[in-house]
Amino acid sequence: MLRDKKERLISRLGAILSPEALLSREEELKPYECDGISVYRQLPLLVLLPERVEQVQAILRLCQQEQVAVVARGAGTGLSGGAMPVEGAVVLSLAKFNRIISVNQANRTAVVEPGVRNLAISEAVDHLGFYYAPDPSSQIACSIGGNVAENSGGVHCLKYGLTVHNVQGLKILTMDGELIELGGAALDGPGYDLLALMHGSEGLLGVIVEITVKLLPKPEMARVVLAVFDDVERAGQAVADIIAAGIVPAGLEMMDHLAIKAAEAFAHAGYPCDAQAIVLCEIDGTEEGVQDFIVSVEQVFEAAGAVQIRASANEAERLQLWAGRKAAFPAVGRLAPDYYCMDGTIPKRALAGVLRQIGKWSEEFSLPVANVFHAGDGNMHPLILYDANKPGELERTEAFGAKILELCVQSGGSITGEHGVGIEKLDSMCLQFGALELTQFFAVKDAFDPDCLLNPGKAVPTLHRCAELGRMHVHDGQLPHPELERF
Amino acid sequence: MRSSKLQNQIETAYRSGTALNITGGGSKSWYGREPTGEPLLTTGHAGILSYQPTELVITARAGTRLSAISEALDESKQRLPFDPPSFGETATLGGTVACGFSGPRRPYAGSCRDFVLGCRVINGKGEVMHFGGEVMKNVAGFDVSRLMTGSLGTLGLLLDVSLKVLPHRQVEQTLVVKAEPSDAIGMMNRWAGTALPITAMAADNENIYFRLCGTQASVQKSAALITGTVYADGLQLWKHIREHKLPFFMDERPLWRISVPSDAPHPMMANSNDADWFLGWGGAQRWFKSELPAEQVFAMAKRAGGHATLFRGGDRSAEVFAPLSDAEMLLHKRLKTAFDPKSILNPGRMYRGL
Repeated sequence: MLRDKKERLISRLGAILSPEALLSREEELKPYECDGISVYRQLPLLVLLPERVEQVQAILRLCQQEQVAVVARGAGTGLSGGAMPVEGAVVLSLAKFNRIISVNQANRTAVVEPGVRNLAISEAVDHLGFYYAPDPSSQIACSIGGNVAENSGGVHCLKYGLTVHNVQGLKILTMDGELIELGGAALDGPGYDLLALMHGSEGLLGVIVEITVKLLPKPEMARVVLAVFDDVERAGQAVADIIAAGIVPAGLEMMDHLAIKAAEAFAHAGYPCDAQAIVLCEIDGTEEGVQDFIVSVEQVFEAAGAVQIRASANEAERLQLWAGRKAAFPAVGRLAPDYYCMDGTIPKRALAGVLRQIGKWSEEFSLPVANVFHAGDGNMHPLILYDANKPGELERTEAFGAKILELCVQSGGSITGEHGVGIEKLDSMCLQFGALELTQFFAVKDAFDPDCLLNPGKAVPTLHRCAELGRMHVHDGQLPHPELERF
Repeated sequence: MRSSKLQNQIETAYRSGTALNITGGGSKSWYGREPTGEPLLTTGHAGILSYQPTELVITARAGTRLSAISEALDESKQRLPFDPPSFGETATLGGTVACGFSGPRRPYAGSCRDFVLGCRVINGKGEVMHFGGEVMKNVAGFDVSRLMTGSLGTLGLLLDVSLKVLPHRQVEQTLVVKAEPSDAIGMMNRWAGTALPITAMAADNENIYFRLCGTQASVQKSAALITGTVYADGLQLWKHIREHKLPFFMDERPLWRISVPSDAPHPMMANSNDADWFLGWGGAQRWFKSELPAEQVFAMAKRAGGHATLFRGGDRSAEVFAPLSDAEMLLHKRLKTAFDPKSILNPGRMYRGL
């Protein structure tokens, strides 16, 4: 049956795509079975590589007729399984949409196709003195379309915002192939803010085919201050003190002892290996403004009890101080065969308590954890070290991770700050939202995609799944979805 | 006032299919299409729920006055970064977010929805739901909080809203440079492309006004580069621009808000008088006083790559927001049904039939 359907689909798609843009043999499909989180895999039915909007339109219409699910894919660097195929679905790769269509210098916008790499935008406008602000760590590889789908962040979010704050317009195709323009070169368009809604919608609402990004003038200068602490709590307080002093750093990052040790061994950034925590605080802007604020930053760190403070004197030093932080993930990756990256957010005040609890669980689960933290905006990246080849260790790691996310929610935070829910955090969604919210999410999905063909089964768990897990968000003291049986 | 009272009122209206006109301080009752339905008052549902300056987040009930929020933030030397206009002392947080209004700082700091982090809302069935939260980064679930922003209460009643806040800058200075409006566009865009700490630019038919915010040294240096005259009471000027208190806005004619690419040429309408235009947001938002038929103004803005809103005055029984494409309107109607199946929340306030 499935075979027949596949053959029919291939023959009908043949009228839309050239043969080399239609992958169907297992060895061709294999590279598409997962995204950046390789523990979750599923072979797609087919992989399609269109290069024109009309082709995408025709594909979507055909898939709607045939009731075949569609999973859109950018560079495949996502960390939550958002671009992992679902069974029986075609993967719609937007990799060939890789042109920067236009750059408007006066209006400070660029119109780009979804497959353009994040960093390629900044590179293309560098000679104009502009850049595109969001800088997820995967920026050399990740695509701007994927950034919109995940509402990606980076280390400069506190001052410059997430993807949603830096995109002015989108062209999307709905599942029935309708092209819709949201926003554009002008600000704050009429009607509902579908532009915002599309951000972080993980490919469930529409397929993004064009993006208008906001370009920012490059700051005249950036300097970073490294502050070393012999106590994690003191470092956490220092972060709060920076904010209380009225400073808005371009980046405010924190690392704990294990992460520091790993990063230093890997990148030789000059971090003291016996430190319990370091904080990196970057200031950018006009030369005069940066010099003024750097003095304030140093004063705050000193008052907060930093045992060592070092400000970058030039661009080379600045990059060196960042090198350790930027290499933190691969550095930690050398400590164990595998690591599992969490992405919870918490209010900054909860930091010390959450880190203490993670430390306790780390001992209980016998799994080391290195903590890397976008401290300024409360986004934690605990990296749980494990070995997938040891039986049961992946399951233990997942259980540990779920506990961390539960703690983030209990602390007033969220299960994901920038990596998305995808397939990976579906269960944890049941903790953050009650039945009413989940039902409302499905109603939104239904408004865009009534047949539920776009990336089905991702991002929002069914009520049934949550009920079966027995993990329920208690809403206003009432148990949600009482209509479902519980076992 | 407890949220359960508001919830009961909506539940009752849902059962009987009674249209409701959600009303806060009433300061923006002139905005959008003609309101219909029974008034549902939210002003009693007021108060700041949480505010810790070091978290850069404030959460307050929707009926809280905007002025109360500004005062609380001011005490900790912080502010709402999007600089919202209030259009009257009675303005509430809920009304501001429902209208999605942003002030002169918008192109440089971001819009109202950019700073909305979370909200509690009652949908058209009387269900209380919580979306987003009090953290700056949160990508769990669809971004319903930002969808609510600017939806004019047609998708749900806001109970409380969490917003990101930022510190005040140390020094603020306003400069004036003489320029024709047609030259002002190019000049404002050139300055916007520099790294100078500009936080507002506007132009009338004689001058460009620049606002600089930063440390003393950086403001001084930037002012020297722009080489204008210092405007004595900058604070008052930007407040008057934001609140439409300039003489320009004292006019009986309908007032249009034209949002266009900031480099769209001026004047956008041949034969129009320079005195009928006020250029805000560095050229990206243009106020236009005109009796022209709505279709003409909508079409003019569209040709320039933007859109027009009949902001104040004119015929509010017709459409006041730029027409949507058929496909987009269909999505709007489906979303409206998803949140408000009986269409009882502010029906028709945004578009006819929505």
